[in-house]
Amino acid sequence: MPILDMNTFNALKDSVGSDFVGELMNTFFEDANTQMLEMSSALASKDAETFRRAAHSLKSNAATFGATDLAALARELEILGRDNNLEVGSRLEVIKEAFEQVKIQLNELR
Amino acid sequence: MQNSASELARLLVVDDNKVNRMALSRSLELQGHVVETAENGQEGLEKFRSGVYDLMLLDIEMPVMNGFEVLEACLKDFDLRQTPIIMTSAMEELDAVVKCVELGAEDYLTKPVNPILLRARVNASLEKKRLRDEQRKLFRTFATKEVAEELLRTGFSLGGQIVTASVLIADIRSFTSIAESQDPSDSIELLNQYFSMMFDAVSQNGGIINQIVGDGILAVFGTPIYYEDHRERAVKAGLQMLEQLKVFNQNQLAQNKTAIRIGIGVTSGKMVAGYTGTHNRAIYTCIGDTVNLADRIEEYTKEALRPLLIDEYTREGLSAAYKVEDLGKIVFKGKNQAVSVFAVT
Repeated sequence: MPILDMNTFNALKDSVGSDFVGELMNTFFEDANTQMLEMSSALASKDAETFRRAAHSLKSNAATFGATDLAALARELEILGRDNNLEVGSRLEVIKEAFEQVKIQLNELR
Repeated sequence: MQNSASELARLLVVDDNKVNRMALSRSLELQGHVVETAENGQEGLEKFRSGVYDLMLLDIEMPVMNGFEVLEACLKDFDLRQTPIIMTSAMEELDAVVKCVELGAEDYLTKPVNPILLRARVNASLEKKRLRDEQRKLFRTFATKEVAEELLRTGFSLGGQIVTASVLIADIRSFTSIAESQDPSDSIELLNQYFSMMFDAVSQNGGIINQIVGDGILAVFGTPIYYEDHRERAVKAGLQMLEQLKVFNQNQLAQNKTAIRIGIGVTSGKMVAGYTGTHNRAIYTCIGDTVNLADRIEEYTKEALRPLLIDEYTREGLSAAYKVEDLGKIVFKGKNQAVSVFAVT
């Protein structure tokens, strides 16, 4: 699976303008960091609902940029949270790594 | 008013996700709309209540108050219900979206929102709203606000039902010769003044104007909103018309202008009432013998030399305060049985 689906990314860029897409990326990156921190702390405090919400938002944003792989990983976490199953294994590390890859690719498209 | 849906509209984007809010509002702004945002359902609902928006894009999954709750609150509110709501949701929330559309949401979009679909759905919803607004405006010119709202509330289901109601038909005597003898713009002005007097008399008594043909008016009382005293209301409207016309004619004569005379026929009974036409262009119509008889009785005012004639069933519905004269039984053209006709004096 490609890190970025260029059709989705280009559609987004066309719809908001190429200048604004950079601003949107910044917000995505900031919020993704917050969301991953929220997931870690929610995991520690066994707060499945907060965990699910953070995963849901990350999934939504990843999908907006065409980061299909990242979105799929976040979706898995969202489902675990929804099912009140916080045995996520190494998934948080995996998603952080996936996010870094997306970030690199997106920055190249600025 | 907008001539086309793609023209400037005021939109509200409600989403707890900042990226979604930014992307949606930017995209809509580039399409020429004015966009405001809210970060959760409650804030969205408060803003939406201000009533300045043409459309709301509403996320489903949100803290404080979710989109579903916002939608329900809007649909309960008569004024808010007039503004279209498009639900935005993740693909996996399709069940919830279906529920929203069934409840009364105008449409939905799945996220990430495709810009072409966004444009198409927003414009289609705005266009529908524009048509509904026009329809409401049209209704208001033909009926009181209450009746217009009742018509809108009950919807535009085509197809009729049998109702008991009263029909009033009013016609100007020899308007054609009046029209031929004066300037066309004077005739139109005369008609407009006349109609506004007639409309007032109808709506003040709870009736609606059903049809205008030339200088003739067909008004109904007791449908679509039922009134127990529909017969008295129709007669009262007729008397009011004559009263106002008297004042109008005095003014006309004082200005050396034409005075007009009218004939009014009122009948009551069963008729088929409902919307006829297509969903895009429908009118509320009443048909049946009762309506035909009103037409005959109105015609008969010329012979009877009385301006306001009614049938027997209408007379039975009048209180003792009304003075009525029995003109006997008349056989009208196309009718087998003689009908009792009464003049209201």
